[in-house]
Amino acid sequence: MTAQSINHHSDHHHDHDAEARSKVLFGFWIYIMSDLIIFSCLFASYVVLHTHTFGGPAGKDLFDLNYVMIETFLLLTSSFTYGLAMLAEQKDKKSQVLGWLFVTFLLGAGFIGMEINEFHHLITEGYGPSHSAFLSAFFGLVGTHGLHVTCGLIWMVMMMIQVARFGLTPMVSRKLACLSLFWHFLDIVWIFVFTVVYLMGVM
Amino acid sequence: MIDFLGRLNWDAIPIHEPPAIIAGGGMVGGALLAVLLVTYFKKWGYLWREWFTSVDHKKIGVMYIIVAIIMLLRGFADAALMRTQQAISVGSNYGFLPPDHYDQIFTAHGVIMIFFVAMPLVIGLMNIVVPLQIGARDVAFPYLNSLSFWLFMIGVVLVMLSLIVGSFAQTGWVAYAPLSENQFSPGVGMDYYIWSLQISGIGTTISGINFFVTILKMRCPGMTLMKMPVFTWTALCSNILIIISFPMLTAAIAMLTLDRYLDFHFFTNEFGGDPMLYVNLIWAWGHPEVYILVLPVFGVFSEVTSTFSRKTLFGYATMVYATAAITILSFIVWLHHFFTMGAGANVNAFFGIATTIIAIPTGVKIFNWLFTMYRGRITFTAPMYFTIGFIITFSVGGMTGVLLAVPGADFVLHNSLFVIAHFHNVIIGGVVFGVMAGLTFWCPKAFGFKMNEKFGKLSFWFWLVGFYIAFMPLYVLGFMGATRRLSHYDASTGWHPLFVIAFIGMLIIAVGIGFQVLQIVVSVWKAKENQDYTGDPWDGRTLEWSTMSPPPFYNFAHVPHVDSLEPWWDHKHGKKIFPENKPYEAIHMPKNTGIGVLIGLFGFFLGFGLIWYIWWLVIASGIGIFACIVARSFDQDIDYWVSAEEVERVEKELSLRREKA
Repeated sequence: MTAQSINHHSDHHHDHDAEARSKVLFGFWIYIMSDLIIFSCLFASYVVLHTHTFGGPAGKDLFDLNYVMIETFLLLTSSFTYGLAMLAEQKDKKSQVLGWLFVTFLLGAGFIGMEINEFHHLITEGYGPSHSAFLSAFFGLVGTHGLHVTCGLIWMVMMMIQVARFGLTPMVSRKLACLSLFWHFLDIVWIFVFTVVYLMGVM
Repeated sequence: MIDFLGRLNWDAIPIHEPPAIIAGGGMVGGALLAVLLVTYFKKWGYLWREWFTSVDHKKIGVMYIIVAIIMLLRGFADAALMRTQQAISVGSNYGFLPPDHYDQIFTAHGVIMIFFVAMPLVIGLMNIVVPLQIGARDVAFPYLNSLSFWLFMIGVVLVMLSLIVGSFAQTGWVAYAPLSENQFSPGVGMDYYIWSLQISGIGTTISGINFFVTILKMRCPGMTLMKMPVFTWTALCSNILIIISFPMLTAAIAMLTLDRYLDFHFFTNEFGGDPMLYVNLIWAWGHPEVYILVLPVFGVFSEVTSTFSRKTLFGYATMVYATAAITILSFIVWLHHFFTMGAGANVNAFFGIATTIIAIPTGVKIFNWLFTMYRGRITFTAPMYFTIGFIITFSVGGMTGVLLAVPGADFVLHNSLFVIAHFHNVIIGGVVFGVMAGLTFWCPKAFGFKMNEKFGKLSFWFWLVGFYIAFMPLYVLGFMGATRRLSHYDASTGWHPLFVIAFIGMLIIAVGIGFQVLQIVVSVWKAKENQDYTGDPWDGRTLEWSTMSPPPFYNFAHVPHVDSLEPWWDHKHGKKIFPENKPYEAIHMPKNTGIGVLIGLFGFFLGFGLIWYIWWLVIASGIGIFACIVARSFDQDIDYWVSAEEVERVEKELSLRREKA
């Protein structure tokens, strides 16, 4: 094989990585858009059902805004730290990436822990999802978001292992970019959850 | 022991129900025979290596279509049972189907025909044709394509299994709440419905994303959007509809699942639940769904008409805009499925008008096909027969649809057999005829041989005549007040003669399906005589005809460069799209993977466990699926390069075969 044809071949690989990245990121965007439609259905159901309390408590009787504020703070900060992980990734600093991913994981886990605690509290008080259509819609919407965050946390653990094991290869890098999209997306959905469910709920 | 198997016990096997046991026995017998044959001919290894684990879009497409044709026979058997029951169950005669069994049959018929016949036929055609039409070597995510197929198979297997283990839903194919809630449908039937649709629906969403990215990112150099073949355009719009609408199905079914499994109250009668919320959500998916099916077959008819009239399609741009207009409009018409809900005159008027407006772009299409044929040199092949049959039949169906779109008229006809006649008019006249045309048209591309023309045409005539005799009486019956889903009616209604005529129509369609099966058998038998060595049996116009039949696994040795709408036609008339005397280059291809099959297997056990409350199985298969995903995520060895020498060897072999012919 001549030097020229070897170069040619590695050019191919390089092209291929760039092409794969563009396809995967675009595809992942489209997936997020479709997932957003699942959330839209849940939001629509919540908006329809939030007055259907069946004589039970409404949002303003149940929600503690201070508590939710802390949750929100944890999740928003985790979005910021994920951004720092991505900046470190672009500078090819593997240990920094791992560090910021770990911080992001802790913040996300804190959010989920608080949410589980809130749900547990509501259920033990007797206000579980079976209590009224309003509470069904509440648990359905907030729970689906929580489930997504949990999946994101599991994914993050996988990515920390992959970064440690494979380094910042093109494959790992595009997966980190996808998880980044996913994580920020959940952040944005949460802002709507916070507004529509909690803020408007206590109004 | 009871806990170990959840609610599953011997009572689940319907030994006291002769129709179920005959159908189930036939199905098990057929499956066993298939297993025995494969074992006898020692083909398991071949099937595993070349088909089940394949990520080649052409092979996945073929698998979709084979499964769909088998399911068509099952769905038609259900239809035949219903027509027979209604033809005899009058007055003191109660027919041979008890109501609970009859209810399962009409539910299964609808679910199977839409999800497991029409969808896989359309997705199968897209798989085979779209990458070839855009000059690509595969889809954007070949492994996900395989996964989609196996998720779809879970749905198929669960629905078939419900015949012999337990029962199927008795709610009708869209399973309206609160009927589909635990209170009124406590058995496993509804849960079979939920999990078969939920799991296969996720597969469909993945397919939608896959093809959307494929079409937008992988077109060959020079193919701008307005130079895309019409079939690819309709596939693109259909996939947009999938991406937007299937998540709504997922959400609606997920909420219903929460109601049934965890005592939520989204759609229940009690605790403030709102059943109409379910009806809205399911139709917000359901109406786009019918366009997901019909848009690609509009594409098929466009390709067929233009090829066999030997003319460029009339009004390509208007065809594209009409398709896009239908795509958008299909999202603002869902309420016409329940004008009688009582949303008020203004809401009904809005949705009524939106619905009638869809007739305009559809009309544009009809005229485009007619003008394409006008002064063309038409070759009357079987696909062309189906196309002409479609234009007439679909126009009739479309007009009855416009009639139903008038809220006042709908109040009279809602839930009547008129509605049944209308949507079979458009689905048989549109989707079925279109798929038949498409399969005959692209069969040589997929398999390398042409279908038998004589049996194809015979099948067409019996389908066409049978359709009119079976469904025109239903329009009349609708006006006479016959509601849908009746298993018995009174003699004084005067409906009996019309039901008997519809029964005769069903028999004629059965002959048509018989000819189709015969057509497939004869075509495979005499494949050698009808071999297509040129790769271009119809004197085609678009890129799929520029490669061999069947194409090599990498589709194109050289990626074409195009600058017109009909590049292959232009190529044949002097404007070259392939570089001449250029050396072959290495080609990047994905490796086969068994992960899709494994996830399918675990997914099946997951669904089965959820249906029967076998919680350990749910947890075990959940872990299995997770392990598969992790294994795939850590797998670095997922693709390879086909060397230039290997490409040259394959191309030489193919051109040798071409010269031999």
